[in-house]
Amino acid sequence: PAMNCRAEVLEVSVEGRQVEEAMLALLHTVLLHRSTGKFHYKKEGTYSIGTVGTQDVDCDFIDFAYVRVSSEELDRALRKAVGEFKDALRSSGSDGMGQISLEFYQKKKSRWPFSDECIPWEVWTVKVNVVNLANEQERQICREKVGEKLCEKIINIVEVMNRHEYLPKMPTQSEVDNVFDTSLKDVQPYLYKISYQITDSLGTSVTTTMRRLIKDTLAL
Amino acid sequence: AMDTDLSSQDRKDLDKFIKFFALKTVQVIVQARLGEKICTRSSSSPTGSDWFNLAIKDIPEVTHEAKKALAGQLPAVGRSMCVEISLKTSEGDSMELEIWCLEMNEKCDKEIKVSYTVYNRLSLLLKSLLAITRVTPAYRLSRKQGHEYVILYRIYFGEVQLSGLGEGFQTVRVGTVGTPVGTITLSCAYRINLAFMSTRQFERTPPIMGIIIDHFVDRPYPSSSPMHPCNYRAGEDNGAVYPSVEDSQEVCTTSFSTSPPSQCVFTVTKAHFQTPPPVVTDTLKVPVMGLAFSHQLSSSRLSYQPAALGVGSADMGYPLLFAGGLNAAHPHQLIGPGKDGGVPPIPSQPAHGAQADQERLCTPLDGVHYSAATPSSSEDTETVSNSSEGKCGSPHDLLETIFIRKVGAFVNKPINQVTMANLDIPFAMFAPKNVELEDNDPMVNPPDSPETESPLQGSLHSEGSSGSSTGNTHDDFVMIDFKPAFSKDDILPMDLGTFYREFQNPPQLSSLSIDIGAQSMAEDLDSLPEKLAVHEKNVKEFDAFVETLQ
Repeated sequence: PAMNCRAEVLEVSVEGRQVEEAMLALLHTVLLHRSTGKFHYKKEGTYSIGTVGTQDVDCDFIDFAYVRVSSEELDRALRKAVGEFKDALRSSGSDGMGQISLEFYQKKKSRWPFSDECIPWEVWTVKVNVVNLANEQERQICREKVGEKLCEKIINIVEVMNRHEYLPKMPTQSEVDNVFDTSLKDVQPYLYKISYQITDSLGTSVTTTMRRLIKDTLAL
Repeated sequence: AMDTDLSSQDRKDLDKFIKFFALKTVQVIVQARLGEKICTRSSSSPTGSDWFNLAIKDIPEVTHEAKKALAGQLPAVGRSMCVEISLKTSEGDSMELEIWCLEMNEKCDKEIKVSYTVYNRLSLLLKSLLAITRVTPAYRLSRKQGHEYVILYRIYFGEVQLSGLGEGFQTVRVGTVGTPVGTITLSCAYRINLAFMSTRQFERTPPIMGIIIDHFVDRPYPSSSPMHPCNYRAGEDNGAVYPSVEDSQEVCTTSFSTSPPSQCVFTVTKAHFQTPPPVVTDTLKVPVMGLAFSHQLSSSRLSYQPAALGVGSADMGYPLLFAGGLNAAHPHQLIGPGKDGGVPPIPSQPAHGAQADQERLCTPLDGVHYSAATPSSSEDTETVSNSSEGKCGSPHDLLETIFIRKVGAFVNKPINQVTMANLDIPFAMFAPKNVELEDNDPMVNPPDSPETESPLQGSLHSEGSSGSSTGNTHDDFVMIDFKPAFSKDDILPMDLGTFYREFQNPPQLSSLSIDIGAQSMAEDLDSLPEKLAVHEKNVKEFDAFVETLQ
């Protein structure tokens, strides 16, 4: 991680079928705070900001509900990433330990022949421990316990957000794509990428970095 | 403090931001307790009416109540805006669940840019509020409201009152935003000691036996406003019309500038535009014509007309047991001094006049008139004029209250360990026997409170305190001996201390104790051959029965 990059770590223990919902809840909560409305630049360097809608999401396998940004594109992107993480966890043959990271970065344009730099300024890592439960009674308790744990994590996330620490400067029109992801049609999150690691039973980590799912990074 | 550094335009803008921030805060909180999922749409083009760039609907009645409470003022030091969330059962008992506080302290940030940084941070704070309102215990309660209880809200302005939350309440800080005139802080104090025990096994017994509530109605503040249900129902004839927001609505058209800060362009225009009549929109699934619900609530004392909601009378017979946390520290929760024979009645018509109406749903709001509908249920109803008795039942009823300590259905403790005691009034032993001794009575003038200082005070008024938002001072103390304040152990066989200890260490559920499980399993296995033989003998009967089902 570069200098001045904030790193926050959250840890949860969940049952296999709870992995997706728990990850989505936490990542969506972070992105709720790290997304704005779409910018519309006008003359003289002024800009106006669109409106961000929100919606409640109920979890099926956890006694828990959370709020996410109303953007199907953003939700799809997160679900895809979390789905891959869950599959990797399941198929890795590990004892169910891994972590998924949501990294916010800025692009720094470099002169040819150097490629643009990506400088992270905030990284959220969720460490997951998958547990296996023996019976329905344990599963019921797990539903409630994980729900309570997630409530704590939401409070932790909000605490960090409230510190009002470094945020990228609001960009000019020419710089906006170096700070924000402008590819979505209804909201504008800060540039982000999601990656994950699975820890196999020997404790070594197998890194699978996923390219950002939004096409922007592939633009040449 | 002289705000010579703050331009008058900035000052105007800041006041406007704070005012609309307060209104939106109330909307978010109340909407989060309606019991339904909220959904609003994102819009890439600014519509001009979405404050803080967030799509938060305005329920007109809620805005009206908030404006009424604020009465043209803004949160300032010592003047906080509070949204109180409480629960009211079908029997008319109520309990405060949360107090959301929007406060201002004196710490100023002179350097901060009003129209830019403050605005964006307020937007961030509203997002945090959206998130936090879903993680306090009241959220899940509010999603399940409707049959046994409803969730109410009340807005008041002035001093924060947390005593109704019971002992050991927790606080969570939503966030703070520094401004040139002070730091805005938003937090929530919520009750944690509530234990709802479903008492289905008591359905056949007479209802209302020894409901322990650690909270009585009397409100100390004459200016506090009446309660309102969060849960609106549509389709009723609505007698009240609230001025829609458009009369005084200010359009927020914000433009931000990325040029040097001095060129910050911020335009706020006042526009009178027609908001559509308050109907259900496709996104906010909550009907807004909701006043009729409170009419029902007031006129029938019970929150529901069983027929209308399809709830059978059996379902409403759940006495709710609120365990623990007898908060005896608040003098206003006490029963009045005894008049004769030391049997103090619960004041059904408190001397405090207007305060009696505070928590009711039945207080007519200004300019609102409604008829006391004839309720469909019979003896438990009351008319509007008699509303104040609805809360606790008449004193007469209470004289016959029998105190029964309930044991959970699945506890492996023989039932004869349930103690019974005859009490005239709950907490009778705490009532001062003599009016003159009131000054010396710890109930009226509580001694310095024990080790648990309200965490809320600490976290809100000391700047550097982070981490105390969810912290609990209990963890810092080792309990050596448990002597609960104000408990006396010479009257009841069970005192507060015992109760508290037992509550902290509930008996093991029988299904969880392994011995019994193993034992009965062995017994079951042994008796199997016998059972099988019996069944085989009756096989013809069973077959015939099965035939009838085909």
